[in-house]
Amino acid sequence: MGGRPMPKPQASCTMTVADGMVVKTQHSSPVAKKAQEGVMELLLINHPLDCPICDKGGECPLQNQAMSTGRTDSRFVDEKRTFPKPLPISTQVLLDRERCVLCQRCTRFSEEIAGDPFIELLERGANQQIGVAQDKPFQSYFSGNTIQICPVGALTSAAYRFRSRPFDLVSTPGVDEHTASGAAIRIDTRRGTVMRRLSGNDPEVNEEWIDDRTRFGFRYLKSKGRITRPLVRGADGQLAETSWTEALRVAADGLLAARDGGIGVLAGGRLTVEDAYAYAKFARVAAGTNDVDFRARANSAEELEFLASHVVGTGPETISYTSLEAAPAVLCVALEPEEEAPQVYLRLRKAARKHGQQVFHLGQWTTPAVERTSLETGAAAPAAKDNLIPAVPGAEAAVLADLPAHVVEALSNGGVLLVGERAAEVPGLYSAVAALGERTGAAIGWVPRRAGDRGALDAGAVPTLLPGGRPVADAAARAEVEQAWGLASGALPATPGRDTDEILAAAASGELAALVVGGVDPYDLADPEAALAALRDVGFLVSLELHTSAVTELADVVLPVAPDAQRAGSYLNWEGRRREFGPALDASGVLPDCRVLDTLAVEMDVDLFTQTPAAAAGEIARLGGWAGAAPAVPAVSPGAPLRPGYGQAVLSSWRQLLDGSTLTIDEPALAGTARPAYVRVNAATAEVLGLAEGAPATVRTERGEITLPVALADLPDGVVWLPGNSGDSRVRTLLGVGHGDLVGVTA
Amino acid sequence: MFDFFKGFGVTFGTMFKKVVTEEYPEDFPPAAPRYHGRHQLNRHPDGLEKCVGCELCAWACPADAIYVEGGDNTEEERYSPGERYGAIYQINYLRCIGCGLCIEACPTRSLTMTNFYELADDNRQDLIYTKEQLMAPLLPGMEQPPHPMRLGDNEQDYYVQGPVLARKGAENDPVGEQVK
Repeated sequence: MGGRPMPKPQASCTMTVADGMVVKTQHSSPVAKKAQEGVMELLLINHPLDCPICDKGGECPLQNQAMSTGRTDSRFVDEKRTFPKPLPISTQVLLDRERCVLCQRCTRFSEEIAGDPFIELLERGANQQIGVAQDKPFQSYFSGNTIQICPVGALTSAAYRFRSRPFDLVSTPGVDEHTASGAAIRIDTRRGTVMRRLSGNDPEVNEEWIDDRTRFGFRYLKSKGRITRPLVRGADGQLAETSWTEALRVAADGLLAARDGGIGVLAGGRLTVEDAYAYAKFARVAAGTNDVDFRARANSAEELEFLASHVVGTGPETISYTSLEAAPAVLCVALEPEEEAPQVYLRLRKAARKHGQQVFHLGQWTTPAVERTSLETGAAAPAAKDNLIPAVPGAEAAVLADLPAHVVEALSNGGVLLVGERAAEVPGLYSAVAALGERTGAAIGWVPRRAGDRGALDAGAVPTLLPGGRPVADAAARAEVEQAWGLASGALPATPGRDTDEILAAAASGELAALVVGGVDPYDLADPEAALAALRDVGFLVSLELHTSAVTELADVVLPVAPDAQRAGSYLNWEGRRREFGPALDASGVLPDCRVLDTLAVEMDVDLFTQTPAAAAGEIARLGGWAGAAPAVPAVSPGAPLRPGYGQAVLSSWRQLLDGSTLTIDEPALAGTARPAYVRVNAATAEVLGLAEGAPATVRTERGEITLPVALADLPDGVVWLPGNSGDSRVRTLLGVGHGDLVGVTA
Repeated sequence: MFDFFKGFGVTFGTMFKKVVTEEYPEDFPPAAPRYHGRHQLNRHPDGLEKCVGCELCAWACPADAIYVEGGDNTEEERYSPGERYGAIYQINYLRCIGCGLCIEACPTRSLTMTNFYELADDNRQDLIYTKEQLMAPLLPGMEQPPHPMRLGDNEQDYYVQGPVLARKGAENDPVGEQVK
């Protein structure tokens, strides 16, 4: 240091630069060269040199080093140390301890970045090895990253095992379609099949990490349920494959006949911006209605007001990953970051660890994410509990209005409020968030769960807003859009339309004669039974889908659409950042939603001009945003939580990252690392309800019941938590209730 | 003037020379011993495949004639000793230039070339040889995979004792080649 000569060669990766330092490398110093060669020889002593069968072969840093500085032959004549291999440390990660060079990147990643140290160094000396505890597999949502950063083939992917070689693969940059993170990914394909997906490197967005769902969830592309040909319901009541011409004609005829009776459009939350724009324009121009909504989940009118006043039209300059990381304090409302926005969770954890950010969570129990975004990590960290602001489901808005003084103070100094889509399930919560933002000056970020929600909002696939956040009720806003779309003045419907639930109710009662449904899963909606009844009862149902679903089973016409891997497009992530991607696979033979809608509209004798995503994107850019007055801030008074009676509890629920989601079908390896489903209650409530930890408990409503083992957690009294859609715990489907509703609980 | 006789002289002289024409379809003359003919995927003496599906042959191929996909051996379904086997193996003889770089690249001596040279057909599809066509025939003592390892506990035994096993197997194959 300070120019002091070093007695021995130093490893460049562990040495910091100092003043006056003289650096000699293998090119300028024979000592360094010899040392490097010696280290390389040592590393290879116990290495099995099974490159031909190793998945890392061809892209292995150790292989490269061996080629550049290794010996041509081995002087090691003794027996190599061997381990049984491969060792599955989870259903998706395989460990080969013979190949490991003990660099500890994986353990360091798990401990520092993901915060779930399931893997650790075991033993000492020559037997030193990476391992997992016997009863705890590597059940991390971020375990795939360790495969990518492993410099040898010690950690390999079970799903990618022996599938291909680096030189077989064609890499295409892509964007995460599973969450609203907008994470940059790399899609590796071989002969028209996606083989694997890796994390891209975008310092502004996902840095170098992606969650496992994004990494491993791509086999839906090849699943049996993929619809590839248009289907039309024949006279016999059965769906039959037909030509595009025929299917579009039938769909257009049906919709034209229903136009006077009213057409509702449910776009779904998985659309690209361009597709959502096409749905929005289709509803206004072809269907002549504002009855269009992208929200395929529990929603409220208050949410629309909040989105119109706080979210639409904003971009990364309002709130971004960077400003989120720099904020001194963050409050997550109705958002479980690790489960619903894993990239946001990684940033919060990084900020908490590196900058001492205080991350408060308005929730029900000290979840792993609450613990790991606290300064002191670990299961029993006292700081974690302080960061949880507990609220009985339904009382969140009242709690938010009356926050502890230190939280308000922390938020007042440039804090950030993150609100999740679940806030729609609690009356008054969005209003309370808006009021708190007003009071403290904290920036507000809306973090939806699905990738398409944010883009659909800005594209105008909502009943109260036209593209660019223009209020439907505003004549000037309508005039702008009419001019851009080349419509006659007054051609756009002036009254705000119905939202998802109202559209379905209207369809059920016959007020709407037809529905056009995008990627909507009825079981995600607030009342799946009512939704299914509406889809069954509506006169004419057109479904644009990737897979067979509950909607396609009821549809009169099913039009297949292109998956992201076979199309270009863009998403708006939760920041409002536009994330473009191109097709990774051959795009012939499949059409994106915007093209299908455009052609369908042409059959109905109107033109949407959204033949390609590029055309739609150009039109969106020309339209720009709304410069007029911002709509009013929602002011819904906070509701009171329900009081559980005897044998009852208030339900708290959200969805886990890895669950029964449609896009993660055909992924047994991925499903194996999902968190097990439990009924969670606190000890006092368990006693009152007669539940015992580990024993099964049954949660029931008049619709159905769910039986799961009990786990104790620090929930408020009289509250029971269930995962939203994990395994048997399909809350909306089986119980027909949601967050904040009363359920019966028995042992 | 004399050119006329010179020309006929050559023709006449040839009548007394040895005929070089080969009666090919009727007569089947052997190629040179090291002729680069059709490929063969060899077997271990117990019938397990030597191919580990590493794709090094495909990598070495200058004509991109080889397509390989690896597969995972399980205890119930084992095709080769060790973890990995070649699940899909195809050689496109419309592309193959017979250079033999794939043979040099093969780490397990699985891929070798035979002297068989009749590689012509009347359609393209049949000239893409699949694994079933390329696999060496089962000799006496061999068993059609999948089956468990018969000659050792792990793949090390197969490779370390490879020369010994090969010599033993040679008794059944006195010509020294599995296929002639």
